[in-house]
Amino acid sequence: MAADKAIGPIRRSFAPWNDPKARPFIEFRNVTKRFGDFTAVDHLSLGIYEREFFALLGPSGCGKTTLMRMIAGFEEPTEGHVLLDGQDLVGVPPYRRPTNMMFQSYALFPHMSVWDNIAFGLKQDKMPKPEIAARVEEMLALVKLGPFARRKPHQLSGGQKQRVALARSLAKKPKVLLLDEPLGALDKKLREETQFELTDLQMKLGMTFIIVTHDQEEAMTVADRIAVMDHGKIVQVATPAEIYELPNSRYVADFIGDINLIEGRLAPAAGNGARLECAGTGATVETSQPVEAAPGSEAWFAIRPEKVTIGLEPPADPTKNALKGTVWDIGYLGDVSIYHVRLATGATVKATIANRTRLVERPITWEDEVWLSWSRDGGVVLTR
Amino acid sequence: MAGPDPKGGGGRFLVLGIPYLWLIVFFLIPFLIVLKISFSTTAIAIPPYTPAIDFAQGLTAVWEQAKEFTTDNYVWLTEDALYWKAYLESLWIALVSTFLVLLIGYPLAYGMARAPARWRPTLVMMVILPFWTSFLIRVYAWIGILKPEGLLNQVLLAVGVIDEPLVITGTNLAVYIGIVYSYLPFMVLPLYAALERQDQTLLEAAADLGCRPIESFWKITFPLSLPGVVAGCFLVFIPAVGEFVIPDLLGGSGTLMIGRTLWNEFFLNRDWPVASAVAVILLLVLVVPIVIFQNQQKKNEERLR
Repeated sequence: MAADKAIGPIRRSFAPWNDPKARPFIEFRNVTKRFGDFTAVDHLSLGIYEREFFALLGPSGCGKTTLMRMIAGFEEPTEGHVLLDGQDLVGVPPYRRPTNMMFQSYALFPHMSVWDNIAFGLKQDKMPKPEIAARVEEMLALVKLGPFARRKPHQLSGGQKQRVALARSLAKKPKVLLLDEPLGALDKKLREETQFELTDLQMKLGMTFIIVTHDQEEAMTVADRIAVMDHGKIVQVATPAEIYELPNSRYVADFIGDINLIEGRLAPAAGNGARLECAGTGATVETSQPVEAAPGSEAWFAIRPEKVTIGLEPPADPTKNALKGTVWDIGYLGDVSIYHVRLATGATVKATIANRTRLVERPITWEDEVWLSWSRDGGVVLTR
Repeated sequence: MAGPDPKGGGGRFLVLGIPYLWLIVFFLIPFLIVLKISFSTTAIAIPPYTPAIDFAQGLTAVWEQAKEFTTDNYVWLTEDALYWKAYLESLWIALVSTFLVLLIGYPLAYGMARAPARWRPTLVMMVILPFWTSFLIRVYAWIGILKPEGLLNQVLLAVGVIDEPLVITGTNLAVYIGIVYSYLPFMVLPLYAALERQDQTLLEAAADLGCRPIESFWKITFPLSLPGVVAGCFLVFIPAVGEFVIPDLLGGSGTLMIGRTLWNEFFLNRDWPVASAVAVILLLVLVVPIVIFQNQQKKNEERLR
């Protein structure tokens, strides 16, 4: 479609969070939510921009669902303010908020047909009947459920129910769509398909989508920005690439994908970037990303397995960004192999190698002495 | 049945057979006896009707006796206005009572279903608790409360709301109070079961789509509780139609319910055939709602499957 193509370049430059003049569409201002003794959300501030696809990511109990429920109005903050388009939402009941939610359990009305489920919110708005019919048909077409309009929810498969739930939450064309673990109940293949459909839909409709998920791959696939949460606080908010390449903490680095963490002490940097003396190995790590911490303090070098090069010969300068070790284990995953390399310190570093050639032709095997190396841009030094 | 069935047909037949045997012995055979008596003629004898069929005299004799069967008793029921008035009044009292029980029982069940989960077993227990005392004693207790010099009147007189005792016992009002009180648990329990298992996120979804709480109740909660409403109404209505103890103890001479009429025919007039005919018609009047109820249940099961 021509329209879709036009969106591509616009999308690439879509970064209102970098624009100092842009005002957040949804804003959390120092929000705290307590349930009895338990603090679900802890003095949290966050801005989400219009037309953004925003993901709240974290383990269960980190407060991500509570955060979303405060936007929908099912929970009120104990302290602080939630603003939508500059207006304070505190005290506004859910039925007066311009947001709609797709529930994790779908929460389809079991006594109503697919058609009536989708029409429910529109009837509630006292929309004229012909318009309701037109909108419901439009939504049915959008989620490709036209032939199922007269069915009751119990006559649908899991994937179809999920689509009805999506259509119902989109029918009122809300300013903000809230998705609470929307794909959790689907099998892997259907989930991946639906993830791409969701991003497509979000671009087509131009709404603000906020998704809550504990699945980091899902967040990476769909979102413009991800907020990684832990114990009621946001640890990092950034684009998927930044979160993956430049995590700001061991928590984020560990939560997203696979990562090697090597402990060391900060040394005075030579020029830009950071320098780390790795404990026990005598190796020095230099990265291009600077850190704000005093030399001598404890720090960790974080590098993704696929950014580590593994070789039998030592690199040109074996004192910098290189480590020596023994191949301990090889995990063959088909497309890639993961080499577990044990260092002299006893720590294990993982290196992923794409299997471009067939298995028999690869030279490195168990018990081999190998050199691990990486570029200055390969990893980051973390101080927390 | 045993033989070719791989699942051990004998045992299966036994398990299925027990309820049928129960129904045959304790429902079908007594009903056939009552049906037979309803076509007999009253007589001063033991038993007090003819023909008394005696299978020992052989089939021909039974055939001769069967020729004496008559539909006079049913004709009599249509000729004396007393009977159809009693049927109608019974149906009316049962209908009004069922409605009142629903009106009181629904909020009660709703409150129980929405109470904190740790209170619910206690609340259910409190609904069941009255069953631990004999039904008859509880109805007698109501006489103590409602009679002119009873508790209610004493309190009202002491407070000064009334100047002279209210006459409640011996009126239909007392019958309504008795039925509503006695049958309330039969309404509350199925309603509670239906309301308690409702998914609360449905109400959040409704609110999210623009429903105020009161609208959500009528659009989501109530329609989804309908199977419970239907079950509760039938559990109250059917026994209330044939109720005898409550109108006999709390009602007056003006309360003309079919259960009492039947009792009078049987024990006062010793007219077993007419009493039997009354019973057969009552059964027919109630079988129709039961059939409707079962169809409804079947439909609900299909809907929720």
